[in-house]
Amino acid sequence: MSASPRLWNFPGGIAPLAHKAESLRGPIRRTTLPPQLIVPLTQPGHVAPNVLVQTGERVRKGQILACGDDATGVTVHAPAAGVINAIGEQSVANMSALPELCVIIDTDAAETTWDKLPPLDYRTADADTLIARIADCGISGLGGAGFPTHAKLRAALRKIDIVIVNAAECEPWITADEALLRERAADVVAGSKILLQLTGALRCLIGIEDSKPQAVAALQAAVDDPRLKVVVFPARYPSGAEAQLIYTLTGKEMPSGTRPVHNGILCHNVGTVYAIARAVLHGEALLSRIVTITGGAVSDAANYEASIGTPISFLLQQSGFDERSLSQLVCGGSLMGIALPHAQLPVAKTTNCVIAATRSELPPPQPEQACIRCGDCADVCPVQLVPQQLYWFARSQQFDQARANHLNDCIECGACAWVCPSHIPLVQYYRAAKAELAEQDTKQQHAVHWRQRFEAHQHRMALEQAQAEQRRAERAALAAQKQEQAVKAGPSPQDIVAAALARVQAKKAAQAAAKPSSDDDNGASS
Amino acid sequence: MNDVMLTSSPHSHQGTSVGQIMRQLLLACVPGAAALWFCFGWGVVINIAWFSALALLLEASILKLRKRPVLATLRDCSAVLTAVLLALSVPPTLPWWAGLTGIAFAIVVGKQLYGGLGFNPFNPAMAGYAALLIAFPVQMTRWLLPDGVTPALPSLADSLSIFLDRELLQGIDAYTGATPLDKFRQHGEQLVSEFWQSTPLMGQWSGRGWEWINAGFLFGGLYLLYKRIISWHIPVAFIAALALLAALFYDGGNAHSHGSPLMHLFAGGTMLGAFFITTDPVTAATTLRGKVIYGALIGGVVFLIRAFGNYPDGIAFAVLLGNAAAPLIDALTRPRTFGHPQ
Repeated sequence: MSASPRLWNFPGGIAPLAHKAESLRGPIRRTTLPPQLIVPLTQPGHVAPNVLVQTGERVRKGQILACGDDATGVTVHAPAAGVINAIGEQSVANMSALPELCVIIDTDAAETTWDKLPPLDYRTADADTLIARIADCGISGLGGAGFPTHAKLRAALRKIDIVIVNAAECEPWITADEALLRERAADVVAGSKILLQLTGALRCLIGIEDSKPQAVAALQAAVDDPRLKVVVFPARYPSGAEAQLIYTLTGKEMPSGTRPVHNGILCHNVGTVYAIARAVLHGEALLSRIVTITGGAVSDAANYEASIGTPISFLLQQSGFDERSLSQLVCGGSLMGIALPHAQLPVAKTTNCVIAATRSELPPPQPEQACIRCGDCADVCPVQLVPQQLYWFARSQQFDQARANHLNDCIECGACAWVCPSHIPLVQYYRAAKAELAEQDTKQQHAVHWRQRFEAHQHRMALEQAQAEQRRAERAALAAQKQEQAVKAGPSPQDIVAAALARVQAKKAAQAAAKPSSDDDNGASS
Repeated sequence: MNDVMLTSSPHSHQGTSVGQIMRQLLLACVPGAAALWFCFGWGVVINIAWFSALALLLEASILKLRKRPVLATLRDCSAVLTAVLLALSVPPTLPWWAGLTGIAFAIVVGKQLYGGLGFNPFNPAMAGYAALLIAFPVQMTRWLLPDGVTPALPSLADSLSIFLDRELLQGIDAYTGATPLDKFRQHGEQLVSEFWQSTPLMGQWSGRGWEWINAGFLFGGLYLLYKRIISWHIPVAFIAALALLAALFYDGGNAHSHGSPLMHLFAGGTMLGAFFITTDPVTAATTLRGKVIYGALIGGVVFLIRAFGNYPDGIAFAVLLGNAAAPLIDALTRPRTFGHPQ
């Protein structure tokens, strides 16, 4: 590193045991092809995917299986050649534990031809071409949230000053990004340059913790562009959380409720940047990703380049899995990961790590005790919330208070629960309260919607009534006017003629009756 | 596959517990308690034992009545800590029934009636102290003369007799006398330096014996800071406010002086209050700025009570006042959330 750039300190943070060395002993391994792949067709926002294949159909490696409905959809490719065994709902490693639509492929290991797109020269290609390529290659965020990369880039086309590549990987156990950087830093650098070209940003900061010296060295050796800078900062969880990383590197706080692209910053995970480079430079769709398999229940922890859809159990077996010592299976890191019910779930585009933990590594939670308001949670909160107050609000269902105290800014990093001496599962309380707030919001939106409709209806009715009134009033006024004119002008000539005619008729009728009747002028002329 | 555990994130924990914190606090009391024992004899030890036993018994009974887990809760050591802090605050001559009253008030009324640990708005030990001071003013102000001032401290047998409220052969008055803070309030027209020479009660910087007791609690407090059991905000603000006011009213040590800052810092319950009482997280302010305000408020009130109030020491009342103000202080000093304007 030439001159050490200025760093900003985000508030709070913790320093848990890293547990990273276990899975970094060797290089990234390529696995043999599993006999079956379970490829999730997950689309953002729970949109139903458009499935383009049928059961029994033979697919080539790289063939499109499904795509989304609109501009934000994610294209899913066949990670290997084979025959579609089934298309249906399968359990996947997600927070809701709800099954998702998957394509099950019986793989054909003999067929290795890969349908690739032609390479693009990113220096001459325009932004639309590059974004279309990224969309065609089915890239979504590999860091965790899985947001479609092309949608994020399209949103970023306004004005981006800084591209940030997130190589912090601050969470314990996970080493997928670190392994990737150690071996393939050149592609990450190439991907960063593509992003610079695409957005027109002037500089790119690659942020990485100082606990990864080999990855830092590989990155620095690969950087060949003065616009790119590798920024090394002290390891502290959660330095890799987006807002915290941006603050560390730039000193800019993302205003609550806005995304970095609204503030001139585009932030991508290294894995995503690598996938972008492969897509643009080699025309490769996202068919595999690096997954860390680690924990005391595997004897041989390592990083694997695994095809999307590889069953986690397949990877565990390759790492010397000892089922008897398994206590907990976690997808992701130990602080934000999801506990998995079993290992028959597939690797998804967001699966960065699986921890097969023994009881001593991730011990069962201790019974919850009373909060003693020690404030340790507030000291470690990277968003500077007051977690213990939020806990009281969540517990006593004072959701409005929770909202007013910025519960929705909580990033669920788990630092508060990690330090809590009373072992209160704070994040669990916050998730429940957030869900409650979201439901309230939905109800509120519905209520507003129906009130607006009702008010519009009322307004319409009132308007109609008013118009009717007006018409009536106009008619009345007209009639009154006529009457007035009639009075002023006396009987009109026509009236006199008509009256005369009527009298004549009446007379005739009377004569016809042969009996002269009394005068009934009035009645005939009326 | 065998049954795996399904827990919500985070799946790991730092490994601390409430019991650990309380045990560290108890450990940190040892130097100050030892100094108290050295200066005042067995009464201190008897009080600690009696109060602790009572606290455990009362807490267990109430937990049983409230149908709460008894053993798991007793293991958090908070009842014992309350007992020890109260035992270290009261005179070593307290009869058993006074101790019973104080602990009963502290544990039953001050803590459990509010819902137990974490729910009590007032520091239980100080609530017990205040109740005792109001109910039994004579017993609560009957301090022993420290070692070095009195020819002999009460023997273990005499201490037990005092505890059991039996008449002593030579009468208890042979052992008791005014505390330095009490004596200082009656320095009349003397200059501070004259007063210092006129009584054997005063030592190097403050009351004889008391300065070592306070040094002991200061040492324990520094240990707590080092162990990060407490943060510096409350003790530093408390001590700074007390010292600042004492310096302002020192007045060159003339006849109207209210005593030097050093005397105040090492007299009475200053250091016990600064590091062990005011730092009780349940009843203190929790935000960082709030802690500073809270500590300074209590330090200031302690000085006002000592200098202008009716009690020689004012830790308990100042702490209770601070406790009452803590929720308001917290509400007014909420930190700015990351990504939000001030």
